[in-house]
Amino acid sequence: SRDFSFFLGGESSSPAEETMSDCRRQWNREDELPVYLAGPISTGPNQRKSYGMFSAVEGAFESKTIDFDNYAVGRKGSRTPRSGSRERLLDTGDPIGKTPSEAREGSLTNSPPETDDGRPGVEIRYSSGKGCPDGESEKLLIKGGRVVNDDQSLYADVYIEDGLIKQVGENLIVPGDVKVIEANGRMVIPGGIDVNTCLMKPYLGTHPVDDFLQGTKAALAGGTTMIIDHVTPQPGDSLLEAFECWQEAADKKACCDYSLHVDIPEWNETVKDELELLVQDKGINSFQVYMAYKDVYQMSDSQLYEAFSFLKKLGAVVLLHAENGDLIAQEQRKILEMGITGPEGHPLSRPEELEAEAVFRAITLGNRMNCPIYITKVMSKSAADTIAQARRKGSVVFGEPITASLATDGSHYWSKNWAKAAAYVTSPPLSPDPTTPDHLHTLLASGDLQVVGSAHCTYSTSQKAIGKDDFTLIPEGTNGVEERMGFIWDKAVAMGKMDENQFVAVTSTNAAKIFNLYPRKGRIAVGSDADIVIWDPDSVKTITAKLQQSASEYNIFEGLECRGGPALVMSQGRVVYEEGKLQVQQGSGRFIPRKPFPDHAYQRVKFRNQVKGKQGVTRGMYDGPVYDVVPTPKYITPAPSAKTSPTSHQPPPIRNLHQSNFSLSGAQIDDNVPRRSGHRIVAPPGGRSNITSLG
Amino acid sequence: MAERRGNRDAAEDDLPVYLARPGTADQVPRQKYGGLFCSVEGAFDSKSIDFDALSVGQRGSRTPRTAKRETDRDARSPASDSRSSPGADGPAAHSRGGRDLPRVEIRTGGGKEVLQNLGEEKSDRLLIKGGRIVNDDQSFHADIYMEDGLIKQIGDNLIVPGGVKTIEANGKMVIPGGIDIHTHFQMPYRGTTTVDDFAQGSKAALAGGTTMIVDHVIPEPGSSLMEAYDQWRQWADEKACCDYSLHVDITHWNDSIKQEVDNLIKEKGVNSFQVYMAYKDYYQMSNSELYEIFTFLAERGGIAQVHAENGEIIAEEQARMLQMGITGPEGHVLSRPEELEAEAVFRAITIASQTNCPLYVTRVMSKSAADIISQARKKGNVVFGEPITASLGTDGTHYWSKNWAKAASFVTSPPLSPDPTTPDYLNTLLSSGDLSVTGSAHCTFSVSQKAIGKDDFTQIPEGVNGVEERMTLIWDKAVTTGKMDENMFVAVTSTNAAKILNLYPRKGRIAVGSDADLVIWDTDSIRTITAKTHQSAAEYNVFEGMELRGAPQVVICQGKITLEDGNLHVTSGVGRFIPCSPFPDFAYKRVKARKQLAVLRAVPRGMYDGPVSEFSMSRGGTPSASARTSPTKQPVRNLHQSGFSLAGNPAPCGPPTPDDIPIRPAGRRIVVPPGGRSNITSLS
Repeated sequence: SRDFSFFLGGESSSPAEETMSDCRRQWNREDELPVYLAGPISTGPNQRKSYGMFSAVEGAFESKTIDFDNYAVGRKGSRTPRSGSRERLLDTGDPIGKTPSEAREGSLTNSPPETDDGRPGVEIRYSSGKGCPDGESEKLLIKGGRVVNDDQSLYADVYIEDGLIKQVGENLIVPGDVKVIEANGRMVIPGGIDVNTCLMKPYLGTHPVDDFLQGTKAALAGGTTMIIDHVTPQPGDSLLEAFECWQEAADKKACCDYSLHVDIPEWNETVKDELELLVQDKGINSFQVYMAYKDVYQMSDSQLYEAFSFLKKLGAVVLLHAENGDLIAQEQRKILEMGITGPEGHPLSRPEELEAEAVFRAITLGNRMNCPIYITKVMSKSAADTIAQARRKGSVVFGEPITASLATDGSHYWSKNWAKAAAYVTSPPLSPDPTTPDHLHTLLASGDLQVVGSAHCTYSTSQKAIGKDDFTLIPEGTNGVEERMGFIWDKAVAMGKMDENQFVAVTSTNAAKIFNLYPRKGRIAVGSDADIVIWDPDSVKTITAKLQQSASEYNIFEGLECRGGPALVMSQGRVVYEEGKLQVQQGSGRFIPRKPFPDHAYQRVKFRNQVKGKQGVTRGMYDGPVYDVVPTPKYITPAPSAKTSPTSHQPPPIRNLHQSNFSLSGAQIDDNVPRRSGHRIVAPPGGRSNITSLG
Repeated sequence: MAERRGNRDAAEDDLPVYLARPGTADQVPRQKYGGLFCSVEGAFDSKSIDFDALSVGQRGSRTPRTAKRETDRDARSPASDSRSSPGADGPAAHSRGGRDLPRVEIRTGGGKEVLQNLGEEKSDRLLIKGGRIVNDDQSFHADIYMEDGLIKQIGDNLIVPGGVKTIEANGKMVIPGGIDIHTHFQMPYRGTTTVDDFAQGSKAALAGGTTMIVDHVIPEPGSSLMEAYDQWRQWADEKACCDYSLHVDITHWNDSIKQEVDNLIKEKGVNSFQVYMAYKDYYQMSNSELYEIFTFLAERGGIAQVHAENGEIIAEEQARMLQMGITGPEGHVLSRPEELEAEAVFRAITIASQTNCPLYVTRVMSKSAADIISQARKKGNVVFGEPITASLGTDGTHYWSKNWAKAASFVTSPPLSPDPTTPDYLNTLLSSGDLSVTGSAHCTFSVSQKAIGKDDFTQIPEGVNGVEERMTLIWDKAVTTGKMDENMFVAVTSTNAAKILNLYPRKGRIAVGSDADLVIWDTDSIRTITAKTHQSAAEYNVFEGMELRGAPQVVICQGKITLEDGNLHVTSGVGRFIPCSPFPDFAYKRVKARKQLAVLRAVPRGMYDGPVSEFSMSRGGTPSASARTSPTKQPVRNLHQSGFSLAGNPAPCGPPTPDDIPIRPAGRRIVVPPGGRSNITSLS
């Protein structure tokens, strides 16, 4: 059925492709070359041997010079002049033309033997010829690949046994009956870690169309070998039960390793106990709190303060959904009153300023508590800038842009097609500013943003249509788990913003470090899990819902062309994806527990804790005159007029330490309380002591 | 402190102080400096960084040059301790402007005229001759003729009637009288009031060259704004010695308050209202309330002022400090770190920008808050920042003073930043126009009043002095250091405030028809600030011991000379209330233009007629026991409903729906209409 769908894809996507290729033809005109040759094809099969360990990494210089054309054209940017010139080389050597669609679809549809077009494929063979062809082999050798970690790239073979990496190096001594994968000089990278998916998030009784099976299949097809899903209990639910429910579902269905974040829908004492249990016994070290969704999930600043200080003691990472819920509520009301009910009301009622404001507030809180914070779904330039500034001032804060914010923008909310517009609805919304993706990629490349998630949470059009008459009811979520790595490659690496090591860092290593999975995940090293991707930087495919693994009807990246994709994906030491073919096993995904106090987030915090002790000033007692005030009443019975007070929803005003109202200058709440007549100054008989004298 | 200073003095240059003073000690004619292209006096001082100044903060003003002068002064006038009596025209001993300088001369008309205007001691007619008029846009030499409290003529060779009192300005600067846009005179606090009432406070203002103050009316939460306003009016009308206007603080919010705000704007001449983001459970407003207030004020043409600090976090931090056993004044600044100020400023700007309302941040005390304001202004937000005398002149290191009374006297909110580079930074932003106006937030308590909080810093009444020192301090810190020119000085001390209050050009400018509130400014006089000689009744002056250059030599308020050569002639109760009208152009012109642009439109689409998934809409009541076991199946109120409940309860399926009534019939079918999907929803 897969072939069938591919076939379909090839057929029906051709109109779109034609316009694409038109553009590209225009674009390449300076090279005077036919477009179809622009397919980025690496040259001769023996190329690899000439690269030693210290030779320049292939393509390294490309990122050093700025290609202004790229910036100008944006999406088409991956067509660098480099590929044009490589064509020229090909042009003389291999004049046999291919149709554009063949060139592009090649990597998707074609089977491995593509050596005939001069392109080194990934080849699997068995040393003894007895290996089982179903990918179940326990022993694997990746030969001739370029191992790319976040810190360096080197040529080495990788030997894998029992789902672990056993050896990395050249001329490995391996046992017989090993399945050998010829990487032919391609990049061998740690499998991606998608830190933000919502595969089971309930919405008004419905669930996302991608469950753990469908979602992890999509993840693997995109080169992601681990996901961290959000457990989203409702207010009033037990966190622990919700966690177990998610874990059970995932254990049954997930095809790749997974871990879980737990969202805290409300803050109270029972939650605290459950959090402690989750951290200590269940292997959870990250919890999400919400600054939006007023009256449902939203926490006040005081609650956030308490939550931060509690989670910090546990050594957990605080994830934040950062948007100002109070203002959103006001804006939503205003927009609906204006008669705007379509999906465009969603971004209109959630302007990016509100995101930036909440990010700023969250960072302030984090600084006060000296608690590491992690902003999920960075969707706008201003939010990203706020994070970058805070990091420059030393805050321990991490930012997570998602596939959608990195690859598309919010102009689609104004689409005439309701279903299309609704498909983009997510919170915070995609920014209508079309320069946003580019900016976010720049910050990602510079390290100001650290990890990339997908926030994959797909609803079908009929589910989205719950909000057909009211945008506030549209279930929120976009796809992106499958496209995540491809788009970062296409928009950041192929554009020269980012090198391949940083690519590994943002797609995998940083996530593993922040969530304390490193170096088990996020690195190709002896002893690490054998979650490995052989990356093909040159494969080009056009994203369309018809060819995707996800079950959603609409792909928000529909029609975008993406360069770079996995040629082979290995999860737990098994090949699960190879040249467009998925071979997954439902339920094979393991829950990966995570320990608290990840060094990446907590090392600085620990040192700061030691430094930040505060001390009072030792002074003599003040023994000067004291103005005589009425003793503070413990309770103030609310006068009938108190109903006008805006704070009436709060509990009766018990005087406590929080009563900053006392310290402020001005009229006081107890001014109307009768007090002793005559406001005397009480001066001690001995007069003022010297400690209070002026001067 | 004293020893330290002594050391330094001893170690460094041995020159007698009076020789170290640049240019003023001897008979050098003033004219040397007034030229158009000559360098600003003291301009080089700011070119080389004075590290001592940076490290010691407030003491920064005591550069080696100035430190000596104090000694000199002490030697010369040991009797200066005698405090001026609080009487209406007690001589102020602090001004030393007249010593060796070309004096401003006041003379009444010749013998004939005196005869003609027999017995007219307090002539309403005044002529200032030979002054250099400095407005915010230009400086020029001209004479000014005033009559009936108004400026009648400006120019050379004026034709004036007889009987005119003439002031020879001798080329000195004549500037519009200062407007202190933020004071708290006679403010009630827990049964007591601040020690400076309207008489004492406005006297101090006049002594400092400020001819108009704008006081804050602070109604108690739950009480009527109008009553509080009337109360303040009464107090001020009785006592104020200079013109005044009022801000009204909105301490709670509901529909009746809304009505009152409306009345205040329309009938009472109030155009600016302060709201609080701090003081949890008391004055503090929630984000939603702020949104509503800002929206309302934007409609009515009011200026939204905010006290920007995050009250919730402050409350938590205060509890934490007290728990740690920190009860002294240092707890005040530790529990109110400047980040919380910056955060609140950021939030206020966001809300104001959403509601398209001009925003005015009172008391900018820290670098980070000021930075946020200047960034926002660069992005086009209509926001004004008001640093106060204290934040421009001193810093928060004094909270750690061993002297409790001293430390407590610095307590104000937001607190002074412990970062000693703050004053310099704020002066820079003020000079560049990123901060717009200066106030004093003058709110003085005696030591015994401050001592209410002797065992708990949260109880210390908040407020510092500054109304008297404001103009001098800005002159000393910004103009003499070469950061700011004299026109900008006029802008930040007077003109901008007048524009924001919609009083321009009646106030804040020297022009024909404007009020005759003028100051002849002496750029060279130097005085040492001390509580012993200041006009305020406070026992402690937060600028104690600072030497400041520049002072008013003559102050004319309502066309009458109220200060000359250190002698105050003030009359309680002559101050008039100046009503401010809404929609000041300075703030609202841009807002109005943006309003026209900011019309949102819906996308015209066909009706969605595709399938709609089943869903159950339920109120998030108490979750049943069974529901708790499976969070996924429990259709409690979901996040997306949040928007809904707020959306003004649209009719079909709003929150009033009883619990757990599914909107659709049971069974999770996808309903496909008989005709299939229409094209508007098809995927393409």
